[in-house]
Amino acid sequence: MAKLRIRVDQDKCQGHARCKSLAPELFELDEYGNAHEAGDGSVPEGLEDKAWLAQTNCPEIAIEVTEE
Amino acid sequence: MSDSASARFLPEHPPVKDWIHDFDHTDPVWTEDPFPIWEELRAASPVVHTNRFLGCYMPTTYQAVKEIAYDTEHFSSRRVIVRDVRPEITARAPPITSDPPEHKPAKQVLLPPFTPDAMKKLEPRVRAICNELIDEFIDDGGCDAAARYTKNVPVRAIAHMLGIPEQDGDLFIKWIHGILELGIKSEDALMNAVREMTGYFMVHLEERKKAPGDDLISKLMQAKLPNGAPLSDEHVLGSLRLLLIAGIDTTWSAIGSSLWHLARTPADRERLVAEPELMPSAIEEFLRAFSPVTMAREVMKETTVSGCPVKSGNMVLLSFPAANRDPAMFPDADKVVIDRKENRHAAFGLGIHRCVGSNLARMEMTVAIEEWLKRIPDFRLDPAGKVTWSEGTVRGPRQLPVLFGKKA
Repeated sequence: MAKLRIRVDQDKCQGHARCKSLAPELFELDEYGNAHEAGDGSVPEGLEDKAWLAQTNCPEIAIEVTEE
Repeated sequence: MSDSASARFLPEHPPVKDWIHDFDHTDPVWTEDPFPIWEELRAASPVVHTNRFLGCYMPTTYQAVKEIAYDTEHFSSRRVIVRDVRPEITARAPPITSDPPEHKPAKQVLLPPFTPDAMKKLEPRVRAICNELIDEFIDDGGCDAAARYTKNVPVRAIAHMLGIPEQDGDLFIKWIHGILELGIKSEDALMNAVREMTGYFMVHLEERKKAPGDDLISKLMQAKLPNGAPLSDEHVLGSLRLLLIAGIDTTWSAIGSSLWHLARTPADRERLVAEPELMPSAIEEFLRAFSPVTMAREVMKETTVSGCPVKSGNMVLLSFPAANRDPAMFPDADKVVIDRKENRHAAFGLGIHRCVGSNLARMEMTVAIEEWLKRIPDFRLDPAGKVTWSEGTVRGPRQLPVLFGKKA
């Protein structure tokens, strides 16, 4: 499986926090509850499904998943 | 809230005969079962219009709802409830009634107390509230779950957060009924409720000026806007009105609709008991299928939405619940699929006005349903009783008679 990288678009994120609930390993919330990709956004092996799950449940379509 | 004593004084709207050109979200047919109506409207046009409510549009598709929610240039939030009347705007409730640029600082002040981590700290108290409530009726073999359970969970939780007496819950319910239901058709009912509520909170503000606590009211009073200025009393009062109004009916409805569904659907109930790991996706699906909250916007400038012209001076009934039933967005939109994998529902809104209490609502729903299922895994609607639904802006069961234990 290709290596995945995620990024949360800060202009789009409104803090629904669906990603944090679905993939807590991959996202961090700031003091306002807005989401950021954890670390540099690279998705550890085995968490690819969770990355896609977060992406497909974000109401604001704020999460980009790219294959490297 | 079927308050028959006060409902008598409501001016009657003529019954709707033509939904597509004359819709009315307070019509009893809509209140009872809006889903077929939304389907009919969606099939007719992405945006429909009624001359009721001094002129009002309704986007019927997910796409049209989204376009309006994202367009703060043409659509203002200064009025967020579609009413018969358009009273002068005096009692603001920032940030829900704010537009850019005032919106962002007003919202940022409210966000930190409502993050998922903050909710985790509140969760044990909510779990205890749920069990205290269940203790009161579990031996009776049945109850009106709307009056005895689903209402009281959010009332007590928000009172706990704000640091106001949980026993004042009946007052809160009365004001909310005045603002969200009676106030659609009666300016007096609206203004009286706002006045009483403001007076109530002013007393709490004065108390905290003398002796600040660590509750949310005190935190708001100590909060600073990005320019370093404290919030005015008027701003704090407005936000408190918002938190109380938005924090009770909504979650009451969401928990109630979830229990209503589970009471009628033994397969989902049994599956949730057997597979509690499905709870998060089930909660999101209940939020999608039974979204309680319909918001509003006011058209400020002429524009088009999904190709349909909209003219200023009209209101917009911004139905996130209808968006969430759009089959173009959700396969099997009219089915409740508790393990739905892809669910970009808009129950908490889209864009800058995303519900500030969404993490609180989710936590309350999850805890309320978990604790209910732990203690009352088997229950059904009481065939001798009647389920009734609230009218207008927030939809959920206001009477929910259920049987359980030996009677189930």
